Amino acid sequence: MSDATREELLISLLSDMLAEDRHVAVGAASPIPGAAALLAKDEKRARGGGRMQVTIIHSRRHNSFTEGSRELFDCAARGFVDSFFLGGVQIDGQANINLVGVGDYPALKKRFPGSFGSALMYYVVPKVVLFREEHSPRTLVEKVDFVSAPGISPPEVHRPGGPHALVTGRAVFDWVKDAGRFRLKTVHAGETVESIREMTGFAFDVAEDVTETPAPSPERLERIRRDIAPKILTFYPEFAGRVWGLAAA
Amino acid sequence: MSDVDHMRVEEIAEAVPDGALMGVPADYSGVPMAVTRALVARGAKDLRLYCLPLTTIQGDMLIGAGCVANVEAAAVTLGEYGLAPCFSRAFQSGSITMQDSTCPALHTQLQAVEKGVPFMPLRGLIGSDIEAHRPDWRTIQNPYTEEADPIVVLPARPLDVTVFHAPYADEAGNVFIGRQRELATLAHASREVYVTVEKIVEGDLYESEATAAGAMPAMYISGLAEAPKGAWPCGLTDQYDPDGDALREYVKMASTEAGFAEYLAEQGIIARPAA
Repeated sequence: MSDATREELLISLLSDMLAEDRHVAVGAASPIPGAAALLAKDEKRARGGGRMQVTIIHSRRHNSFTEGSRELFDCAARGFVDSFFLGGVQIDGQANINLVGVGDYPALKKRFPGSFGSALMYYVVPKVVLFREEHSPRTLVEKVDFVSAPGISPPEVHRPGGPHALVTGRAVFDWVKDAGRFRLKTVHAGETVESIREMTGFAFDVAEDVTETPAPSPERLERIRRDIAPKILTFYPEFAGRVWGLAAA
Repeated sequence: MSDVDHMRVEEIAEAVPDGALMGVPADYSGVPMAVTRALVARGAKDLRLYCLPLTTIQGDMLIGAGCVANVEAAAVTLGEYGLAPCFSRAFQSGSITMQDSTCPALHTQLQAVEKGVPFMPLRGLIGSDIEAHRPDWRTIQNPYTEEADPIVVLPARPLDVTVFHAPYADEAGNVFIGRQRELATLAHASREVYVTVEKIVEGDLYESEATAAGAMPAMYISGLAEAPKGAWPCGLTDQYDPDGDALREYVKMASTEAGFAEYLAEQGIIARPAA
């Protein structure tokens, strides 16, 4: 039984998805994806796998851009960002994401911040990992109320990018492009295929060999706590304080 | 000898006309909070905010104070401190209108202005509800291929005025913006540009390539004011961090209209109405 926290489990499993990437970008308000990217970078270097560029928008040190915030979007549009993370107030079974609000737009019942860069990034970044910790029928819905960015585009639309997986606080789904559907891959400790079905508002396929989401190895857990946590502290102090009890110097 | 008008913060707020299409910087690139408070104090009306690409307490406070008619943005949020309370209320009640956009579209529409061209294409967008609600955007066939290749073209969006806050300016009125180059995009696309700085320093940013590379030349700037801690409670790169306690307090108080009015009074932005 691993003593990894839920956050450390998520950091570990997200970093597995980034292992071979050359450029991982992380957008606003994303401490877990940010930690996963920095972990993947360190592990790639440690095994002699070469370098990985990690761009974390809210960090000074882990953001090399000098042309302003448009440089990320220009870089992505040219195909120079391999992976990116997107969330959603709602995510549906066709991998449409909604970052705008709940209700009949513009007469929303509840307004959320907005679509950020999703309406370009989702189309052009080859591997977009959808990440939403809350896994419930109100977040994973049959049909989103507003499409900030669609999961699928008609064949004539320039779409080198798109969904790769959906990671939540309960499970991991692969995106099966040909089927246009999610497929349950692993469930986190304490969950079952049935409990996931109950908490998911859309229909999905189930892999033949659904297993429990693997916990981080002791070595990886040590690396997260020793090397990654202090880096996260510099740009997500609230998160680092809550998860690792770290405080800014 | 300065090429730029030296002004007071209140004079900048006067120079931003009611109804202006105003460029608004993101939470990380020099939020002009001193001028924002002065705009609220002078009772600015019908501002149209063009956010590059999002706005934080600045937009939320202007909306709450009734200074705003329309918002064009990829997000309105106080980030890790919470949702933008006045914005959410105003959007849901319909007291402001909004063009929901996406970060790269907001950049692209200003880049078209920078180049003096009427429009510029951008990938993505097609099939989103953002595009569906933007009758001002057009989709065309890529004229350089025989194959079907639809692409959205976005109209240039010239701004009336941009206001931002920066660490310092030199005596000639050149402003140091460092890596916050989106401020240059805003300035290049804006008819008037007003800047507040922590301080005006002796010397010339163009004496060294290191500072020249992070400079915005005085030629773009209409007026300049000193405003120490002028981004507070937002942070300013290399100068001070966001004031988390103050931002949390704002979100809490602004969660009701009465609480927001009390906030403005407590901060001395608007005189407390006579009992």
